[in-house]
Amino acid sequence: MTPEMKGFLLLSSIKMLIVFTIIMVGVALLTLMERKVSAWMQNRRGPNRVGWAGLLQPAADGLKNILKEETFPALANRNLFLVAPALSFIPALMLSAVIPFAAPLPVDFDFTLGPLGRFVHHGAMPMVVADLPVGFLFVLAVSSMGVYGIALAGWSSNSKYALLGGLRASAQMISYEVAMGLSLIPVLLMSGNASFSSIVAAQQAGLWYVLPLFLSFFIFLISGFAETNRLPFDLPEAESELIAGYHTEYSAMKFSFFFIAEYANVVTVCAMVTTLFFGGWDIPFTDWDRSGSLLATLATWLMFFLKVLFWIFFVMWIRWTLPRFRYDQLMTLGWKVLMPLALAYIMVVCVAIYVIERMLGIVEPRPAALALFGVNLVVGLLVFGVLDSGIFIKGSGRRARVPERRVESARVVG
Amino acid sequence: MAIGVKVMKRPERQVSYVRATLKGMVLTFKHMFEKKVTMQYPEEKSTDRDHGMGEWSISPRWRGTHRMLTDEQGRSKCVACGLCPQVCPANCIKLVPGEDEQGNRYPLIYEIDEFRCVFCGYCQEVCPEEAIHVGVHFENSEYSRDRFVYDLERLQSQTHAVSTLWDPTDPRGE
Repeated sequence: MTPEMKGFLLLSSIKMLIVFTIIMVGVALLTLMERKVSAWMQNRRGPNRVGWAGLLQPAADGLKNILKEETFPALANRNLFLVAPALSFIPALMLSAVIPFAAPLPVDFDFTLGPLGRFVHHGAMPMVVADLPVGFLFVLAVSSMGVYGIALAGWSSNSKYALLGGLRASAQMISYEVAMGLSLIPVLLMSGNASFSSIVAAQQAGLWYVLPLFLSFFIFLISGFAETNRLPFDLPEAESELIAGYHTEYSAMKFSFFFIAEYANVVTVCAMVTTLFFGGWDIPFTDWDRSGSLLATLATWLMFFLKVLFWIFFVMWIRWTLPRFRYDQLMTLGWKVLMPLALAYIMVVCVAIYVIERMLGIVEPRPAALALFGVNLVVGLLVFGVLDSGIFIKGSGRRARVPERRVESARVVG
Repeated sequence: MAIGVKVMKRPERQVSYVRATLKGMVLTFKHMFEKKVTMQYPEEKSTDRDHGMGEWSISPRWRGTHRMLTDEQGRSKCVACGLCPQVCPANCIKLVPGEDEQGNRYPLIYEIDEFRCVFCGYCQEVCPEEAIHVGVHFENSEYSRDRFVYDLERLQSQTHAVSTLWDPTDPRGE
């Protein structure tokens, strides 16, 4: 092994450790945040007994879940029942490896560590565990792996509620995967590259993609909600219908694993929204954040953290505002609204980019992005006008009405 | 008798999901900054109205665990007439009467099984000496079941407010 490789390995291990720790601790704190946000939105106080302002509540919950009894349903498929939580947990954590969370940091070292040999690293270190060239394609691929865990959990529990939850989850996640993938094609068209680092760089040169690609952002956000099984699309869990859906039969730490997976997925989707549409770790209106110093790295890290935190709050905000969709509404929205919309939007963006770059000759990233933003304004208003008119998703008031009638009750005989 | 099927008349114009979503989000966001309604229980407690807890005050008609009132010498007011065990629908009062040298009757044993009690308040209503009362009190947890049989000493040592029973002829308590 060359000293350069060893240096790379060392840095990667450190980054892995940091990201893993932050995700796990963050997920634990998110359960507290969820409870606090829900409480505040309902004029309550939320957990405030364990630790200062309830900060130790996640630790107490974790301890409780470790101490609880592990139950196995009598006729469950024991092996799959055990594997399922891990199967949904691992992809959720894997995703955090590819998202750049701060500006690259120049790291130079050259030292020898006894029998381990020489470690060398020169130049900027990207603040991401693995700066994959395939970027968000990896995310799309791995995030859909999570459905195996959920479907297997539902099937192996040998319970009708769990099975229905698992079925719903697989149908829902596959449906929304399509819209999600299609909504990201405009991002590819704009950046010309799938790796997260270059998407962030492209946004720094132009505009944050939320402006020139607003509908992509909109579709991605909705699909993200559906992918993470969060309200208003929490049909796989659907407490009022399916008790707890796919994890009905799970207890103790196995149940916790599903919970951790859900929140880790939320973090990933929020990090992806931030990276793809809100400039990642970019601090707006400055070029200083790319200067490559420790301070810049820390500042951009904070910026990224705040952006992700906002989107996580947004996810919770939606959860405590909207009621659950009906199953047919969910499928209608996915297949009849979001997918055609994403397809049409790809065409619009293709044409717009062609017109702007080839016919009008605007090739500078910022003016081109601004021009596309203008196009988006028109398209966006049009789409929201149509959505708002209730043609696609009908409210209950617009359904074909059964003519009012009076039913004579049968007379009791005898 | 006919069963009417009521068809909800929902407003036709307000079915848009987009606007309704935004409206709802504004509403929930506003609620985040409103006054919290949670009572911080062990620190804040509902008490009877005299102690002034405002909206948390317990109704004076609340009938909780009993209290035996005492006279100036600290003896129980009870004269062991036997009306309360007689009227008690749950049969939870055990009374053994006694008599001292002056011929005053007093209870030798007076026990109330608070687990059996249905808190009807008849004992207080029927008591000619206004001795036994149901109390405005709700914190009764104990570590063992036998602690719920209150003896005379315990009934006398309670300090919580007593219930002013509801009078059907004077429903507002005036």
